[in-house]
Amino acid sequence: MADPVVAIIGAGQAGFQTAASLHDEGFGGKVLLIGDEPVLPYQRPPLSKSYLAGESGADELWLRPAEFYSSHQIELVHSETVTGIDRDRRRLRLGSGNEIAWDHLVLATGARCRLLIVPGAELDGVLPLRTLADADTLRDRLDKAHHIVVVGAGFIGLEFASVAIAHGADVHIIEVTRQAMGRVVSAQTSRFFTDAHIRWGAKVSFGTAVGRIFGTGGRVAGVVTTDGRHLPADLVLICIGVIPNAKLAREAGLEVDNGILVDEYLRTADPMIFAIGDCANFPTPFAPTAQARGLQANRRIRLESVQNAVDQARCVAAHIAGRPEPYRKVPWFWSDQGDLKLQIAGITAGHDEAVTRGDPVSGHFSVFCFCGGRLIGVESVNRPADHVVARRLLAGEPGLSPEQAADESYDLRAHARRPAESAPSLISGKPAGRCCR
Amino acid sequence: MPKVTYVHPDGAREVLDVPVGTSVMRAAIMNGIDGIVAECGGEMMCATCHVYVELEQLGRTPPMSDDEKAMLEFTASERKPNSRLSCQLVATDEFEGLVIYLPESQV
Repeated sequence: MADPVVAIIGAGQAGFQTAASLHDEGFGGKVLLIGDEPVLPYQRPPLSKSYLAGESGADELWLRPAEFYSSHQIELVHSETVTGIDRDRRRLRLGSGNEIAWDHLVLATGARCRLLIVPGAELDGVLPLRTLADADTLRDRLDKAHHIVVVGAGFIGLEFASVAIAHGADVHIIEVTRQAMGRVVSAQTSRFFTDAHIRWGAKVSFGTAVGRIFGTGGRVAGVVTTDGRHLPADLVLICIGVIPNAKLAREAGLEVDNGILVDEYLRTADPMIFAIGDCANFPTPFAPTAQARGLQANRRIRLESVQNAVDQARCVAAHIAGRPEPYRKVPWFWSDQGDLKLQIAGITAGHDEAVTRGDPVSGHFSVFCFCGGRLIGVESVNRPADHVVARRLLAGEPGLSPEQAADESYDLRAHARRPAESAPSLISGKPAGRCCR
Repeated sequence: MPKVTYVHPDGAREVLDVPVGTSVMRAAIMNGIDGIVAECGGEMMCATCHVYVELEQLGRTPPMSDDEKAMLEFTASERKPNSRLSCQLVATDEFEGLVIYLPESQV
């Protein structure tokens, strides 16, 4: 029998890691990594941070050099789109007209920027930020921009805003909800970051959206908000979230609902097809209500992060190599804005109690978020030690009370190291934090 | 350009010219040295670029930040007195002849 073929659609962080981990797992078959961009697989986080700021170059973005792929028996196919998945014949149809046979298929198709559908959105100078090409365009424009409107106060928008302010531009951030990063952080953390951006010189408007964008000679000149204000702009960044790339899966008859639906092994309904990273919607014990109620009802979630891409890739590579394990890694995230490093462990959305450890005035603090008395996540600002402890705690049964969390004299490290018998794992039968490894 | 020796757990040695200003992690990644994963890309978020610095050469490396100390709690292999995150070992002329030991595991 011929060696099995693993085809990976998408050469971002998740796709790359699947290929690399298959090699580490000693997988003997053929590994095809198919991406639609014309460049080597690269890291995305610096695109809105150091790369955008001009502090690092493209050669620091590549996940591995070109030679890595051949020396690790990975066939990297770039500038290629996949136009269809034939599940019966186990073939991929490519934009080039070719077909590829596969035995295992990994969908790591990622996500694309949500478009702003308003008059003027097509004007020159209205830009997204997702790909290296986007970042190159922005880097170029940033030097000449004087008035920038950032639409959307999520991670990307705020990271971009802090870089743009440092470049000397006027920055106005507009956000349709009442909070910055409201989908992912507590009210305390959100407020702290909003204040920081204002202190750095940005204007921030909540509860308003873009009504239309106007321009002269095809170039953007400003934004009219839904509450009737005219904001001048020679650059408008649209960062209002992403949409998972699920078209291929849907057309192949796989179920899609805010991402490609997978089980706890990250498998679609077709056991030979996995989905991972930004495009995958998976059940997790780390979503809030599941934790409050115990493990009976794992909630589904879709996460956009390096950690999620990398750990899910490792899980799937191990599965294909014959070591299936359910995916149950503690989610973590980070964001750099100005001189602030935000680190999040767990998923804090849905908390019903939040306590602060440390003094926000000092610029170093953490917000510990609880649901039904149980720790579900921790947001740390310039306090990496708390973040590290939080990741350890969340991998098992945290057993931490809000009072202990808020008490700076209470030793969190000692708490995290208490004997395992007194800390039954959230994930029954698995050593905490060690599944999928 | 400083020469840095990377020693694999099986004793195999690889020597790289690491440009001043480039980290020991980045040089390993760009030269395809296995054993350094660096999943966060040098942000001190993941502790998968853990290395051991030759003990008597520790003084030649930059001092450790609190962030790095905290993240070293998360290494997959044992943390030792000479443990460092290689993303924080940005080469200077002092790195000439530095010897770095790669751990058994990063994840």
